[in-house]
Amino acid sequence: MTADKNVKEEQIAYAKLLDWGMKIGLIFLILTFIVYLTGILSPQIPISELPKYWKMKAHDYLVSAGIHPGWAWLNLITKGDFLNFVPVAFLGALTVLCYIRILPIFLKKRDFAYFIFALIECLILILAASGLLKAGGH
Amino acid sequence: MKIRYVMVLVLLIFSLFSYSFAFAETTASNQDAVPWWIWPLILFIATFILGILAVLGGVGGGVLFVPIIGGFFPFNMDFVRGAGLFVALAGALAAGPGLLKRGFADLRLAMPLALIASASAIIGAMIGLALPSNVVNTALGLTILMIVAIMLLAKKSEYPEVKKADALSQALRINGIYHEISTDKEIEWKIHRTPQALFLFIAIGIMAGMFGLGAGWANVPVLNLLMGAPLKVSVATSKFLLSITDTSAAWIYLNNGAVLPMIVVPSIIGIMLGLVVGVRILAKTKPKVVRYIVIAMLLFAGLRALLKGLGIWK
Repeated sequence: MTADKNVKEEQIAYAKLLDWGMKIGLIFLILTFIVYLTGILSPQIPISELPKYWKMKAHDYLVSAGIHPGWAWLNLITKGDFLNFVPVAFLGALTVLCYIRILPIFLKKRDFAYFIFALIECLILILAASGLLKAGGH
Repeated sequence: MKIRYVMVLVLLIFSLFSYSFAFAETTASNQDAVPWWIWPLILFIATFILGILAVLGGVGGGVLFVPIIGGFFPFNMDFVRGAGLFVALAGALAAGPGLLKRGFADLRLAMPLALIASASAIIGAMIGLALPSNVVNTALGLTILMIVAIMLLAKKSEYPEVKKADALSQALRINGIYHEISTDKEIEWKIHRTPQALFLFIAIGIMAGMFGLGAGWANVPVLNLLMGAPLKVSVATSKFLLSITDTSAAWIYLNNGAVLPMIVVPSIIGIMLGLVVGVRILAKTKPKVVRYIVIAMLLFAGLRALLKGLGIWK
């Protein structure tokens, strides 16, 4: 798709990276789910036990299944179910990557207001992704 | 598309929900009665149909997903909201590149609003995960009923009149030009009331994070009716905005265990396929009745969530 002539440089750069990232993320999401369903890699939580867990609140599920919150899932990516977290997390990280991509463009244009907006947005999204913010417990 | 096909689609989805509801009752009494794979399969079919109806009804997939799946499937609301955010996020990420390249979505318009909304969505997600299920369901039910009212009552303006851009939007150079294909004209636009909109996006972000809903139902009226952006720019920028707002909330759900691949992945794939089919159908025809069917479904799902939360209809 060719970009409209009125569209600004940073917007096109953002769109191009988003386009590639989304396609890669979706393909990997489907592939890892096939790995999960076919049992090529055994899951951490047996699939037949899922109905027991998906009725629980998230916090109770973590406690009951002995799974740690935050990025602890990285230790489990050799398991079929947690392998799916890789493309899911990639889709979650895509916006940050797009923002990082446009930071130097704003700087080059000396558009400091939007450079700061983009920088703060990156920090907000990184904070959300960091796992430092704990919720739940009921 | 003839009305009878739409009716078949709607009948199919209602059959699925009554079927899943009956199954949910069965599993409550006998865990082994239903094989585990039935649920992801029904979920996939249901989200596929929701994807088609979302496009034809002019709403986001996320807003349909959470109340309907939450109301009629046996999943805890935490997982439904986690999946709802990723469903809305995937839809927004997929639509984003095309909307940005064509100039319908505007990055300069979206960025300040996204900053406020994404920070608020984190707070909303943390509140949502901390609240007991009955409170979440009650609040969700009320929110869905409010969305129904907005959908029925809110007017839209193709090209709102903005006599003078406000000082903040002028300072940030939030304005643009896009090519309107239907009239083959260049449409210039500017906005006003930016501070008020920024304030409203605090509430929009909190609600998006708390309920796992896409927030297009709120974004579009604020962008179009309050800020005065053309309807096409409002709809496209709203869709793009979701990719940023929902990202922050989605991470909170992911990091707090509210994401199960067996719920999230079939939902994303189902709704994405549904959106693709929906867009193809939309290219040929757009039966107005679908919008009212979608509103009726939302009304029903909203009442279900409310009554579930209040303990009247468990």
